[in-house]
Amino acid sequence: MEGLAITLALPEITLAVGAMVLLMVGVFGGERSVSLVTSLSVLLLAIAALMVVFAQTNGLAFNDAFVVDPFARLLKFVTIVGSAVAIVMAGGFARRMGFERFEFPILIVIATLGMMMMISANDLIALYLGLELQSLSLYVIAAINRDSLRSTEAGLKYFVLGALSSGMLLYGASLIYGFSGHTSFAGIAGALEAAGGDVPLGLTFGLVFLIAGLAFKVSAVPFHMWTPDVYEGAPTPVTAFFAAAPKVAAMALFVRAIIEPFSAVTPDWQQVLVFISILSMVLGAFAAIGQRNIKRLMAYSSIGHMGFALVGLAAGTEAGVQGVVVYLIIYMATNLGAFACILAMRRGDGMVEDINELSGLARTNPVLAFVLAMLLFSLAGIPPLAGFFGKFYVFLAAIEVGLYGLAVIGVLASVVGAYYYLRIVKIMYFDKPSEAMSRVPAELGVVVGVSGAFVVLFVIIAGPINSAADLAARSFF
Amino acid sequence: MAVGLSHYLAVAAILFTIGVFGIFINRKNVIIILMSVELLLLAVNINLVAFSSFLGDLVGQIFAMLVLTVAAAEASIGLAILVVFYRNRGSIAVEDVNVMKG
Repeated sequence: MEGLAITLALPEITLAVGAMVLLMVGVFGGERSVSLVTSLSVLLLAIAALMVVFAQTNGLAFNDAFVVDPFARLLKFVTIVGSAVAIVMAGGFARRMGFERFEFPILIVIATLGMMMMISANDLIALYLGLELQSLSLYVIAAINRDSLRSTEAGLKYFVLGALSSGMLLYGASLIYGFSGHTSFAGIAGALEAAGGDVPLGLTFGLVFLIAGLAFKVSAVPFHMWTPDVYEGAPTPVTAFFAAAPKVAAMALFVRAIIEPFSAVTPDWQQVLVFISILSMVLGAFAAIGQRNIKRLMAYSSIGHMGFALVGLAAGTEAGVQGVVVYLIIYMATNLGAFACILAMRRGDGMVEDINELSGLARTNPVLAFVLAMLLFSLAGIPPLAGFFGKFYVFLAAIEVGLYGLAVIGVLASVVGAYYYLRIVKIMYFDKPSEAMSRVPAELGVVVGVSGAFVVLFVIIAGPINSAADLAARSFF
Repeated sequence: MAVGLSHYLAVAAILFTIGVFGIFINRKNVIIILMSVELLLLAVNINLVAFSSFLGDLVGQIFAMLVLTVAAAEASIGLAILVVFYRNRGSIAVEDVNVMKG
């Protein structure tokens, strides 16, 4: 039994030990070891990803606080890939901007460890510890460029609001523990089952606080205030990282922490989630229209996308969870590609962040413009690109359980959202060309290419992804 | 009057509310925000320990110990970020955290 527990957590243990070893390498090697530590971090993440894929054992470990099931394995793999790609994309940027530090890849590895613990959490204590390990690393990563006022301000804002949200989540967890008598998800589910329809008010309160804390981590409205500032202020590779892996992990945690313990009180949380989801989709669509800074625009876009993913969770069915998983995979692949394009937008020594600077990109760099256009079409949800299928599955799940209003508002919001994505395409293709961009570095070119291929060819690979997501969703039902 | 569970919960709820208001209403100093965050976590700890003793279940106290540990880590990271912010901005007044409007 003891041996089994260790085997289940082997990828996590590898990352934890590996991160400490890398820290030693960095400390003793000094600033010279940056590129060594960076490549070793990517290698470490690759090893962990392989372990997640090839370890076929499912089960519970550590007094049922840690669970490994198909859902956990699939989403862990997705998160690790997101983190590794973010490290690769960051390399050249940090060197040019003069804040190349060996702590950066190590902090991403530690944040990934936290995310994996979140995805596998089967207990309120494990949930909190995983979430904090991830959040504390992210606060530091946001402020990684410590000589830049914007970066440190982003870190400070993220820290204050993140700490508040952790407090709310924890307060909810304490109420849930007090009124159900358990911290394990199975125990809470059992207590709710035993209570029948007569759920104590304190528990409902706790559930609302828990949802508020989790909504904060996925940046859903009305807990989204930090997102635009953090996205704009943090260095661009950091923003790329924030937009991908942590969102996937937080959403996975959201799904597990809601579906597993609280399936007996579905109507209670369903109305809260419908509310949050509608607000996120609408705000994401309307607030992005006036944005000039592309990173800020991507922040509102990600708020909107989290709203769409929450549609699937609000349905609360197997089809809904499957939709969420597919949506998250597509969201991450598309967003990493879009941010690789943003990172590739350089002119001389400065980054280009204003969307009007993109004018005429189609003539100065047709390949980059084409891929970015495809990624934006996919984010807008235009068939036959990947984004369309993500939206299709979550709306289908919502309609199956009779949430017609939610689905209709979602489709309308995505129409409004299409406006600002298409505006960028219009600027790139139909406006007067401005000065050409610098050459795209090789590592960004690869990320842009792979992401673009994923988005365009999703129709072909949809089968395996769908069946993997279906297998993942079945771990709950 | 015997002190029961509801009294502990009321104290915790009041502390939690003070903490939340300390973050939102305070317009002076970021250090006060850090203190308010600690207040939130302490309110939760009172809740956890009260429930633990009331239920006769040790898990709540274990949870409280872990929360204390994380609170210490959180405070140290918060102060570190505040120090680098101060070096760049030369002030830690809440109204000066305004380079980006959001």
